[in-house]
Amino acid sequence: MPRNFWLQQAIWIAAALALTLALTVLVALPSGAPPFATLRILLMGGLGSMSKFGQVLTVFVPLLLCSMGLLIPFTARLWNIGIEGQIVLGAIFCTGAMMPVDQGGPAHIALALLAGMLGGALWALLAGLLKTHGRVHEIFSGLGLNFVAMGLAIWLIFGPWKRPGVASMSGTETLQPSLWLERIGSLAASWTALGLACAALALVAFLLVRTQWGLGLKAVGQNPKAARLFDLSPRLRMLQAFALCGALGGLAGAVQVLGVYHRLLPSISSGYGYTALLIGMMSGFRILPVPFICFFFAVLNVGSIQLPLQLNLDSSLSGVIQGLLVLSVFVTQGLRAYLTRRREER
Amino acid sequence: MQEFALIMAGILLAGAPLVLATLGETITEKAGVINLSLDGTMLLAAMASFALASATGSAWTGALGGMAVGAAVASVLGLTNIYLGQSQLAVGFILTLLTRDLAYFLGHSYSRQPGPSLGYWGIPGLSETPLLDLLLGRQSPVVSISLAAIALCWWWMYKTNAGMRLRAVGESPRAAFGRGIRVRLSRLMACVAGGALVGLAGAAYSLAVKPGWGRPQGCEGAGWIALAIVIFGGWHPVRAAIGAYFFAALQVSGIYLQDIFPSIPAQVFQVAPFPMMIVTLLAVNLGRVGFVQDLMRRYHFLKRFSGSWPITAPAALGQDFDPKKGL
Repeated sequence: MPRNFWLQQAIWIAAALALTLALTVLVALPSGAPPFATLRILLMGGLGSMSKFGQVLTVFVPLLLCSMGLLIPFTARLWNIGIEGQIVLGAIFCTGAMMPVDQGGPAHIALALLAGMLGGALWALLAGLLKTHGRVHEIFSGLGLNFVAMGLAIWLIFGPWKRPGVASMSGTETLQPSLWLERIGSLAASWTALGLACAALALVAFLLVRTQWGLGLKAVGQNPKAARLFDLSPRLRMLQAFALCGALGGLAGAVQVLGVYHRLLPSISSGYGYTALLIGMMSGFRILPVPFICFFFAVLNVGSIQLPLQLNLDSSLSGVIQGLLVLSVFVTQGLRAYLTRRREER
Repeated sequence: MQEFALIMAGILLAGAPLVLATLGETITEKAGVINLSLDGTMLLAAMASFALASATGSAWTGALGGMAVGAAVASVLGLTNIYLGQSQLAVGFILTLLTRDLAYFLGHSYSRQPGPSLGYWGIPGLSETPLLDLLLGRQSPVVSISLAAIALCWWWMYKTNAGMRLRAVGESPRAAFGRGIRVRLSRLMACVAGGALVGLAGAAYSLAVKPGWGRPQGCEGAGWIALAIVIFGGWHPVRAAIGAYFFAALQVSGIYLQDIFPSIPAQVFQVAPFPMMIVTLLAVNLGRVGFVQDLMRRYHFLKRFSGSWPITAPAALGQDFDPKKGL
């Protein structure tokens, strides 16, 4: 490691941020938005008060669950784009398991969370089997299954699970309050959800860094042919990676149902799966930066809710900034590699 | 007969943007670059062309603007992948999400506004003939453009020198480099040209097939279907176009099925192409799956089916090329 490593790292991160800022201003100009006022609203809308901070935490939890999950298949060079559908299936399984329950307790909540994990894992296994035994690239199977999961949720909400009398996009019947995750004081977040997210962080970090299984998974990603010769059974490992990631995605869906919306909505996943993919890419598939990026992205997501109210702008600006940020990181990485190579050649 | 011609005309119209997007991606992938950003690019191009058409009052200016947007997005991918060495799948996926959100953000004020469309072309000679007038004679210009593009694309790819160079850099960049072809520049050009066609596909949606802009526009997901059709078409423009019309037929039949089953919500029919996409990819790849190959060795008659729809990807698809390092 060179002596100025951390200084250089900081300079390049600053360069990426500056590029993002410049591009964001460039993009915001044609819509007539005052760039810096917009950015201020975005940040204050996410961190301005305790209740907003609580909302940020409710977004942070599914993002962290999904992006930690995604690191597992990423280690094997697998793109689990199907995570979006796995969140939805987790939510569907969780709602389905809790529908007949009248009076719930901690045991029921644990069961609901497990049901969600099962749903996500099964949906991920479907994409995994298509990859390992059907040679369908996981990007296509995952994406297709996302749309199917969405269709399934809408069909359930309008058909078998519709509220008595009315079937609408606003979702199914609300679950029993005894099944809701308990909130932290007046904040929207809950200790259970936060605890689960932190546990997922620790578990995935342990699995990937400290166990032989994680090492084998890495080998499968680096060289599948050699992995087979070394008897590492790449197919099985890939399926396990998919299932684990799907379980965490499904858990995120279950947390959304039990802790945030208390029912099944068509848009229950809120695009968190795709955002988590961006987070995974931005972190360079390393564990350490993930929670910080998750938090920042959650702030942007919550802050953007204020944009339509205060400036009559579309709330998708947060997605634009997130995308530009990840793109800037890739561009600066490329530039850095290019410059060091030119210096070495000289 | 009249009704049949109307259904066929509907398929030709619904298939036009899919054909254009598929041809664009086929060109890009033939050169060895996977442009995963199709879905978002089409959406952004659709928004840009509609906005430009509304501002200038001319739909054709809008379509050109859409092409420029598509080319610009593709050039971002091309530059970061080919010259800066970043993963094309990663950058492509980032661009998908980025351009989609950008389209919704910038298009906010054009949402649900009336605007110009490309209208209809009366082709002399065809527009007076019965039945053919419904099919081609009085159709949206994007139909004729897409049909012409199929032929042009095939001719350019397989009958010209430039097309041969395109296939060379996708099949064996090292050999192409040895023959004096500028591999990275050719790839960038293919990427930009393909992106322009994808942009035209987006314009075809917002100016002809599903006129107007909104959230959702109605073409969400079409880019992913187009990406799958490229594989289904075995990286051959004509076969890819057949695949595109097959999926368009599926979309059109969804409208009729909805009349038959009114109790099922419309959104469920809208997702029907996606399981179909997985099934077709499964079907075209089945010949390479281990246990199917075992079956074919045992039962020889099965072999007859395996060769009927060959798909072979360009040999260097997805592989970066650096003239100083080698493949």
